[in-house]
Amino acid sequence: MRWREIPLSAWVGMAGLAVAIGCAIFAPLIAPYSEREVVGDIWLPMGGDFLLGTDNLGRDLLSRLIYGAQTTITVALAATVLAFSMGIILSFTAAVAGGWADQGLSRLNDLMMSIPTLIFALIVLAVLPQELWILVVVMAVLESTRVFRLGRAVAMDVAVMEFVEAARLRGEGRLWIIFREILPNTLSPLLAEFGLRFAFAVLFLSTLSFLGLGIQPPEADWGGIVKDNKDGIIFGIPAALIPGAAIAALAISVNLVVDWLLNRTASLKGGRGDG
Amino acid sequence: MADLLDVRDLKIGATAYPPGEPPKDITIVHGVSFTLEKGRVLGLIGESGAGKSTIGLAALAYGRGGVRITGGEVLLDGEDILALGSGIRSIRGNRVCYVAQSAAAAFNPAHRLGDQVVEAAVRHGKLTRAKALERARYLFGVLGLPDPDNFGKRYPHQVSGGQLQRAMTAMALCPGPALIVFDEPTTALDVTTQIDVLAAIKRAIEETETAALYITHDLAVVAQISDDIMVLRHGRMVEYGPVKQIIEAPREDYTRQLVSVRQIQKQEAPEQSDALLRIDRVDAAYSNHFKVLHDVSLHVPRGQTVAVVGESGSGKSTLARVITGLLPQSKGKVIFKGDALPPKFGDRSKLHLRQIQMLYQMADTAMNPRQTVRDIVGRPLTFYFGLHGQEKTRRVAELLEQIEMGKGFIDRYPAELSGGQKQRVCIARALAAKPELILCDEPTSALDPLVAAGILKLLMRLQAETQVSYLFITHDIATVRAIADSIAVMYRGRVVRFGPKSGVLSPPFDDYTDLLLKSVPEMRLGWLEEVLTTRRMASAGH
Repeated sequence: MRWREIPLSAWVGMAGLAVAIGCAIFAPLIAPYSEREVVGDIWLPMGGDFLLGTDNLGRDLLSRLIYGAQTTITVALAATVLAFSMGIILSFTAAVAGGWADQGLSRLNDLMMSIPTLIFALIVLAVLPQELWILVVVMAVLESTRVFRLGRAVAMDVAVMEFVEAARLRGEGRLWIIFREILPNTLSPLLAEFGLRFAFAVLFLSTLSFLGLGIQPPEADWGGIVKDNKDGIIFGIPAALIPGAAIAALAISVNLVVDWLLNRTASLKGGRGDG
Repeated sequence: MADLLDVRDLKIGATAYPPGEPPKDITIVHGVSFTLEKGRVLGLIGESGAGKSTIGLAALAYGRGGVRITGGEVLLDGEDILALGSGIRSIRGNRVCYVAQSAAAAFNPAHRLGDQVVEAAVRHGKLTRAKALERARYLFGVLGLPDPDNFGKRYPHQVSGGQLQRAMTAMALCPGPALIVFDEPTTALDVTTQIDVLAAIKRAIEETETAALYITHDLAVVAQISDDIMVLRHGRMVEYGPVKQIIEAPREDYTRQLVSVRQIQKQEAPEQSDALLRIDRVDAAYSNHFKVLHDVSLHVPRGQTVAVVGESGSGKSTLARVITGLLPQSKGKVIFKGDALPPKFGDRSKLHLRQIQMLYQMADTAMNPRQTVRDIVGRPLTFYFGLHGQEKTRRVAELLEQIEMGKGFIDRYPAELSGGQKQRVCIARALAAKPELILCDEPTSALDPLVAAGILKLLMRLQAETQVSYLFITHDIATVRAIADSIAVMYRGRVVRFGPKSGVLSPPFDDYTDLLLKSVPEMRLGWLEEVLTTRRMASAGH
């Protein structure tokens, strides 16, 4: 692969991701202040000592944003990866095994999907102790139902192809068929879904934090920052909009990169060059 | 008499997207010229990619999917239709009509056939609806469709493939066009159906005095219907002349190859009682209790080829599924090397799975598009023989030599191979398992005749080298003649005839085998008329 073939949009997306991930990793080094320290008056305007101003308690907004990147990206990424692992394995098993296994898994999935996501999460998180890993697992389980739907549909299409039949007739085991024959041929739709799901996970985490069930204060996360500063909007203070913009920028960056990967995997299959 | 269609120096281009390279412009048709008089038929023949369909569509001033007409003139009655712009719409479906290959895909399933047949004529204001329906009924009659008065009231799914193709011809004829473009109208049909459609098309063309461009890859078919033939290859004209000259005295090498391609003949091996595979009174049904195989028995001797012939729906592919264990039989036994095989493939031993390999009709879908040739051919080596690394690579290269491709292909993806090469890689994959029996499910029917002949020769050479047996499923009698030692003729799920080739192909015939053999187009003039005359005489005698 040559660098020059990467389109501009993918570069933009990668730059955005690099900034976000850089912030997440090197937060203590970059951030001008601590995430919890009250350093000035509340809702100070941008500029001066505080590049983006201060928040509702007088903490530096830029520092909180940088620390918030850490929690937001880690939790969203962990939840999405976990959701995809569960969703793909279960859905492919259902598609390859067929019969009762398929029926059982699919109906269970329908059951999960029939409960509104947010209400489900609210109930479960209210009951369970508020720990980060529990949050990740709950988010992953809820997301995985969507992955399951898509995964089963695309895997069904591939599972009836003759090369899968040839592999079965060769005597290959189920794992080989799932990971070597089917998975590589379903990468395009799954990758597209990954980009989308990651963006949704960020939004979902922000929603939960906004409602007070996600990341617990005083730890920063982007959705939490929006919630903390929402009242400022009434007074014309933009502090709540900045983390919102960060969420949007991250979601767009991820999708720009995914779009490019999608094109690459599609041409690998000979989709365009086939004619 | 002035020419109806005069194509001068036609050039057609498109944009190609080679993987990993910037898009580039390519030329598909390089300056082709021909003329067509009123009431005559020109056959365009060539392998896939020869540009024959593209030229055919250019007669409607149409370029399919990014194809552009870049130069030349297409004169219809002296008027250049390429220069018409949007005025072309008054010509398409009016003075020039088109009959597509797959009638099943070309008809709208939601509307009655009659409505679709008259649509163009009514829309162009040529006929009133009542007049058009009357003409449609007349055309249904000419085309030999059952109950012409009521045929138009049916929906596309209510008639057979052959009838649908004739309905499509009626649709093209309905506005009374000066020219019809037939794009492989019989290619998707069974031979026994093909002959009826051919005869109907021929009669309709004669009766309505329409000129036609007839596009096909089957020289024997086009010989029956055309007045002139143009042989195309890689978008260039190879040879252009009257049918008689092309068939009986071809001038170019390529044409000679096309004419003689059907003449591979295998010396029949002596009959052996030592059967590698014996199918004993097998019944099979799909899960909806639709019974597909009835009491099928046959055997495949070691190192020989048994051809299974029959039209689509005769159960020949189902037989292969039973042998592989994909569809367990409901009655009877499949005996391989003296052992009764478990009906389900999941219960069979690795040894048995290894010894029976399969070739598919569509090599495209039979290979994982995400694996390279090395992975595809190498996997059975690892799986069955535990080969890895250097040893595996060496063996893959050896197999590629064996299928006459060479190790340069080892890191290619299937999308980077031609149709014939794909089928060869599938053969290499089957060979990698060192099988004793290869089930071939129409491995050549999706290929161009010359490429198919190459595959057949390869299969025969491999049989001589490795003593592998083939169960060869096909609907093409010419292929059967070429490779079989014994033949099983299947009809509606039963084996109606089984034995050595010489026996099966010589009289006395049963009714179905007789029909099947007589329906195979022969590469000589007047064959169609002869068959039709004998048929008429036979039916008159009854």
